[in-house]
Amino acid sequence: MAAISRRGFLKVGGGVAASVVIGVPALTQAAASSAEGRVNLPYPMNAISKAQELQANTPVAFSYPDAASPCVLIKMGSAVPGGVGPERDIVAYSTLCTHMGCPVTYDPGQRLFKCPCHFSIFDPEHVGQMVSGQATENLPSIVLVYNPDDDSVNAVAVDGLIYGRQSNLL
Amino acid sequence: MATNKDRVALPPPGAQKTNLTCHFCIVGCGYHVYKWPESQEGGRAPDENALGLDFRKQLPPLAVILTPAMQNTITDKDGTRYNIMIVPDKECTVNKGLSSTRGGQLAKVMYSPEGVGRERLRSPRVYVGDQWVDTSWEDALALYAGVTKKILDNDGPSVLAFDCFDHGGAGGGFENTWGTGKLMFTALKTPLVRIHNRPAYNSECHATREMGIGELNNSYADAELADVILAIGCNSYETQTNYFLAHWLPNLQGQTLAQRKQQFPGESIAPAKIIFVDPRRTPTIAIAEQAAGKDNVLHLDIEPGTDIALFNGLLTYVVEQGWHDKDFIAAHTKDFDQALRANRMSLEETSRVTGVPEDKLKLAAEWAYKPKASGHRPHAMHAYEKGIIWGNDNYLIQSALVDLVLATHNVGRRGTGVVRMGGHQEGYTRPPYPGDSKIYVDQEIINGKGMMYTAWGANPFQTTLNAEQHRTVILRRANIVRDAMASVRGGSTAQMVDAIYDAVKNKGGLFLANINLYPTKLAEAAHLMLPAAHPGEMNLTSMNGERRLRLSEKFTDPPGSAKPDCLIAAAIASTLHQLYAAEGKQDMAARFTGFDWKSEEDAFNDGFRMAGQAGADPIDSQGGATGNLVTYQRLRAMGNNGVQLPVKEYRDGKLIGTEMLYSDYKFDTSDGKAQFKPATWPGLPKPVAEQKGKYRFWINSGRINEVWQTLYHDQYNEFVRRRVPMAYLEINPEDAQALAIASGDVVEVYNDYGSSYALAYLEADIKRDQTFMQFGHFNGVMGDLTTPWTDRNVVPYYKGTWADLRRIGTVEEFKETISFKTRRFKA
Repeated sequence: MAAISRRGFLKVGGGVAASVVIGVPALTQAAASSAEGRVNLPYPMNAISKAQELQANTPVAFSYPDAASPCVLIKMGSAVPGGVGPERDIVAYSTLCTHMGCPVTYDPGQRLFKCPCHFSIFDPEHVGQMVSGQATENLPSIVLVYNPDDDSVNAVAVDGLIYGRQSNLL
Repeated sequence: MATNKDRVALPPPGAQKTNLTCHFCIVGCGYHVYKWPESQEGGRAPDENALGLDFRKQLPPLAVILTPAMQNTITDKDGTRYNIMIVPDKECTVNKGLSSTRGGQLAKVMYSPEGVGRERLRSPRVYVGDQWVDTSWEDALALYAGVTKKILDNDGPSVLAFDCFDHGGAGGGFENTWGTGKLMFTALKTPLVRIHNRPAYNSECHATREMGIGELNNSYADAELADVILAIGCNSYETQTNYFLAHWLPNLQGQTLAQRKQQFPGESIAPAKIIFVDPRRTPTIAIAEQAAGKDNVLHLDIEPGTDIALFNGLLTYVVEQGWHDKDFIAAHTKDFDQALRANRMSLEETSRVTGVPEDKLKLAAEWAYKPKASGHRPHAMHAYEKGIIWGNDNYLIQSALVDLVLATHNVGRRGTGVVRMGGHQEGYTRPPYPGDSKIYVDQEIINGKGMMYTAWGANPFQTTLNAEQHRTVILRRANIVRDAMASVRGGSTAQMVDAIYDAVKNKGGLFLANINLYPTKLAEAAHLMLPAAHPGEMNLTSMNGERRLRLSEKFTDPPGSAKPDCLIAAAIASTLHQLYAAEGKQDMAARFTGFDWKSEEDAFNDGFRMAGQAGADPIDSQGGATGNLVTYQRLRAMGNNGVQLPVKEYRDGKLIGTEMLYSDYKFDTSDGKAQFKPATWPGLPKPVAEQKGKYRFWINSGRINEVWQTLYHDQYNEFVRRRVPMAYLEINPEDAQALAIASGDVVEVYNDYGSSYALAYLEADIKRDQTFMQFGHFNGVMGDLTTPWTDRNVVPYYKGTWADLRRIGTVEEFKETISFKTRRFKA
């Protein structure tokens, strides 16, 4: 995706973009406080990588929000909906297929996630959209916040239910 | 409230648990519905939730399917709110715990005021002046019955047109098909009826039935036993998903070898091979190659519309090789020699017509029909769907295919069968059709015939052939009636009926009633709408593609005052009965009796269970005369595995069914012998050939995985709507480039019959000068491009039209939010 309009960003990534400026300290504080008064789950904030250490189209494995939930971070190489970082091209997803939890693999040639069990296909450049397959949900996005002060890319929440859980937080 | 769906509420132990058969595609996967008060929740420990799963830790892959789409919060009539969860049944032999992307959203599409069902019809609506307004059932029925009666009394039944479902699943079932059928055929006695997606009251399987072979003659288990599966004009991963995933794939991957060795001792057994007959490389072919290995997949990518030539060529070759079953032919069939003569086609000529090289044709014949190393005849299962059903001459293709199947004895043996894959489930029980010929209803309407048109669980605007002309004429004729209705201000129902009658009798108008779950595109033309119900809101029985009958149990109420279709039919009949009785016309009043049903079970007992019973009027029923053995109570006890029709007996508390038809070789002809039929290759029909001569692109069409039918639910379902907001058109990238078309561009598709827009989806697997357009979409109607040509039984050739393309421009939102990467799986 070579070009993307301002409108697209506002729609898909607006909240994330805004938090780059003011969100990080507030989120850190919130995570430390009790869950009372919240409607969102108290996700941890985990630093995943420095943006400049990422290579385009090369997935980086990590776990979030806990060790039992495999994810990957990918710098797509050009701006994508929901992307963060200086190029607005960094995204992250749970790698458990939302259908039956088989691990999806990233195909850097086609820039797609694919599930070997029932052949679902997801597009990281379109917010995890199911391109084809038997899932009823797109691939859960890991909500990222980029901190320009230290170039860190941080996982702060999950958008969508991770396979095999009643709640994303065990 | 939080909108991030990162949690689900678990059903507590003891939550109400009922059975539901998925009401979308023909496969009919089994699901369980859990329902419990909204204020309660199950816990994460296995003994704290009704699923018995341990959610305190991450579940391993394949342990469960449980997504936010599988839950909803609904409100019963008394205002009590309940959580529901609808999850696939692991014990169901159909889906074995799998859910498709459609069935996985059964909970999501249940009515809730903010949910997918928010646009459901909840009360009758009437078009007054220039607007739709809600009204009472009494008012709506008085108008419907009043217009009907006036026409019936003055002009007879043959101008009362219906476009009515006749199937199972949502909006159908044996209950509703019976209810509507009894109203149309016994009470009203109108022959001017068409069936949901086609322009006449007809079967799509005339040839195979005349040959003595019902189209659903095996079990899903037979796909696990076959040596070879021939998938002919069917894209099963997308359109019969869990039949493909749970029964075909295991055989292709060699997981059923032990089962096959046990079933066929002494036979050479290897993982199954699969032969696709399809001009298009479908997503199913890509997956089959992935799962079975390319060496076990053969794709006969025939030229569009040349199936008859293919089967005739294979028949000729097989007989030349001596691979046909002479003993079977002699003992159980008739007229083989005549068919062989009529169908004879050399391999060279077959290759020229179909475009498939001779060596590929020979290989297909060897895989499917050459005796195995052990000397046994291969078990070749022939599965077919819309490529044939909606292909170049439905009647002749089916004849040619079944000729080949009969000659090679691929029916009546386990692991074989010549079966329709199907679209939706089945549920046919109706009085006999009151006519002796097939009426091309669309042409009648276009030519100004018919006075009243009831679209019942059907949407011809999005699904018929020659759709643009059909829709244009109906809108024009309906507007004449709308004008007449608008002129009646403050008038009684009788005055409104008179004004409508004058418009339809003297001014060329057409009064249109729309009975459906949603307003649909028909609301653009209709004058009256009545709200219907779907499974879960009513008890409903249907059978799937292996004749497996199940009861989907009611677990909530329909929204507003919506009713099951059978009870709507009963209400219409009762209103007409009252009108005639009030006039003292007892003979007419008597025609509208026999509808005193209090529930859908009453309709089931009146139709399905009465077929073939002593003293009952004739009933055409897929349950046959043994349908009487089936009761709701017995069926409920059979759960999601139900019973395969026809039922043989009820024994030890169980209904015993029939796994495979014709295993005794008694075929459905008068003498029990299967009938070969001549099917000489006819070439393309003239109107189709003309379009091919004038326009560059073949416009193939079909359903896609993510979408069900006309998107009646899906157009309000963000998961689907965001993915497919407009009919997409797969096109070869080089063709697209030459026309300056990029993925995501809106293009105009046009020919002599109409014009539609579609969303270009560049796909390298599509051949040059060919396209594939999504069928039935509300935003880009493919049927606008289809010619009015039909076969001898008025079955359309939806797949056969040609058109040109023109780039229109870009819808910014679509370009940004839709992925246009390939839908073909490739590891």
